[in-house]
Amino acid sequence: MAIPVVYNVRSVVQRWSSAIVAVLGVAGTVGVFVAMLALAQGFQATLIASGSPGNAIVRRAGADSEMVSAIALEEMRTIEDAAGVARDARGPLASGEVVVIAAFPLARTDTEANVQVRGVSPRVLDVRSNVRITAGRFFQPGLAELILGSNAIKSYEGFVLGGTVRFGGGTWKVVGVFDAGGSAFDSEVWCDANVLNEIYKRPTNIFQSVTVRLESPSALARFKDALTSDPRLSVQVDRETDYYRAQSRTLTDLIRVLGFLIALVMGVGAVFAALNTMYSAVAERSREIATMRALGFGSGAVVSSFIVESLFIALIGGVLGCLAVLPMNGFTTGTINWQTFSHLAFAFRITPGLLLRGLGFALLMGLVGGVPPAVRAVRRPVAVALRGL
Amino acid sequence: MVRIDGKGNGTALVRVRNLDKKYVRGTEEIHVLQGLNLDVDAGDFVAFMGPSGSGKTTLLNLLGGLDLPTSGSITVAGDEITKLSAGSLTSWRARHVGFIFQLYNLIPVLTAFQNVELPLLLTKLSKAERRKHVETALAVVGLTDRMGHFPRQLSGGQEQRVAIARAFVADPTFLLCDEPTGDLDRKNADEIMEIIDRLVREHGKTVLMVSHDPRAAERARFVLHLDKGVLMEAAKAGAGT
Ligand SMILES: Nc1ncnc2c1ncn2[C@@H]1O[C@H](COP(=O)(O)OP(=O)(O)O)[C@@H](O)[C@H]1O
Ligand SMILES: [Mg+2]
Repeated sequence: MAIPVVYNVRSVVQRWSSAIVAVLGVAGTVGVFVAMLALAQGFQATLIASGSPGNAIVRRAGADSEMVSAIALEEMRTIEDAAGVARDARGPLASGEVVVIAAFPLARTDTEANVQVRGVSPRVLDVRSNVRITAGRFFQPGLAELILGSNAIKSYEGFVLGGTVRFGGGTWKVVGVFDAGGSAFDSEVWCDANVLNEIYKRPTNIFQSVTVRLESPSALARFKDALTSDPRLSVQVDRETDYYRAQSRTLTDLIRVLGFLIALVMGVGAVFAALNTMYSAVAERSREIATMRALGFGSGAVVSSFIVESLFIALIGGVLGCLAVLPMNGFTTGTINWQTFSHLAFAFRITPGLLLRGLGFALLMGLVGGVPPAVRAVRRPVAVALRGL
Repeated sequence: MVRIDGKGNGTALVRVRNLDKKYVRGTEEIHVLQGLNLDVDAGDFVAFMGPSGSGKTTLLNLLGGLDLPTSGSITVAGDEITKLSAGSLTSWRARHVGFIFQLYNLIPVLTAFQNVELPLLLTKLSKAERRKHVETALAVVGLTDRMGHFPRQLSGGQEQRVAIARAFVADPTFLLCDEPTGDLDRKNADEIMEIIDRLVREHGKTVLMVSHDPRAAERARFVLHLDKGVLMEAAKAGAGT
């Protein structure tokens, strides 16, 4: 049987001041690690929520994002009529869209941020069933009217229902507010695509993307085949969720890599703190260790006992680190969407899985910091250690 | 019966032959034990005396399997421990040796009960059986009412009594005591010696003890002197046989 864990727990508690640096080091590292991953997770979740598995987005072939794509009206008609597109009494469920970026002053600071203004088709709410009007009404086709995403209306100076907003050389009336379930659309401003083209003096009847509602999520292949085999079209088709996942990838990867790097650097520091704590524990308790070994506890029992002690210290740090960042869960922040350079609001998302990864990381630091001192604990000859030499 | 001439007939519990121990410290070589012989029967109580630095602790450490001799052999209850690997020596200690140290060597963060229980964790006893053994051992040393105390809450004499309970709780083949009263006042020393004496007389334990203290050594049935690396019989040797 092993050396009882109570031996390690009490030893740590009694010498808590020597463990405090290691505990705080691990706590800080785990806190940063979890916070960065929560940031990446929140950002990704926000973008992915924008898409629906039952929708497909069509862009010009080779266009990485809708910003650099163009689809003419005739092409849009072909797309709408393709196999796999859902339709109702009023026709196919499709929304031809254009996107422009406009700068507005942020409410919190005095700086301006880019807002993604999306011109949509009148049928957009039927295509995107996750979006609904929560105040006011939908815009009237042909009029310079805006509906604001629920994060956009909170974030910018002068965004009020019933008010007017000037941008792109036009004056717009705010007629409604929509909720898009915490997705990226919540940070957008929507209006009639044709009006947007007109005011921005763009060629009319050109869209950047077409989003269609599929008959069912499984209809994607049929839809895709229909479009890619049509010689009149040169487009690429993606499931909407895949499109937004890809859109989120650059930034989430960046945040994650950055998070791992920072955590790694801090982790090295925390490991050294743990090593220091454990080496001094081993040195101070050399006679206790020798006594245990004299009683017949083997070197394996001693090594695992000190590793357990190091893991225990690291676990305290890990739990503290997790508790420290937990209040950030749901905290909304904003960042630049790197594909469109527009402002995007999203929330930190701390999931149980993330916390477990944080604790796992803490234990890893405890292990790395615990093994060398534990091995040293059994390197001293028992007879020598008992003499207290 | 105790012999130091190396001519024991093989029935002895502990048999030491031509034991040599040299320490090397820098360029200096210290020849501490020089061809030492010893036979101790089961149930004997032997005291080793000798000036500081004469090698008493070295001898005890070798007998307890804490250190290896430069040459020579030690056989305990048929096991030639000087031939065991480090790993088997560790489990041999758990089964056969009860150590009592001058400075008690209790684990400070464990209670008296938990300290005494430690050797039993290396046996197959159940938790309930362990509890029974620990309680019995603590009763023998008169500390039933101190089971939940930590070492710092005990007096030196009480600490040594806990250490004695820890030494015999797993019923080892022999007890090795290195100056068990060296850090205690007269009264506590007498109490400790009384307990060790009782372990020999009433419980049939075999005890090998190192002591400076003539009053402590007086309790032993045999007193041997360690001098220039070998054992010599003291004036009292043979008394009580
Ligand atoms: N590990 C060691 N390395 C070198 N010399 C040692 C070591 N252990 C003990 N000695 C020396 O061996 C001699 C005997 O020591 P020891 O057995 O402790 O004697 P005693 O217990 O009789 O006082 C002393 O001179 C001591 O300094
Ligand atoms: Mg000594």
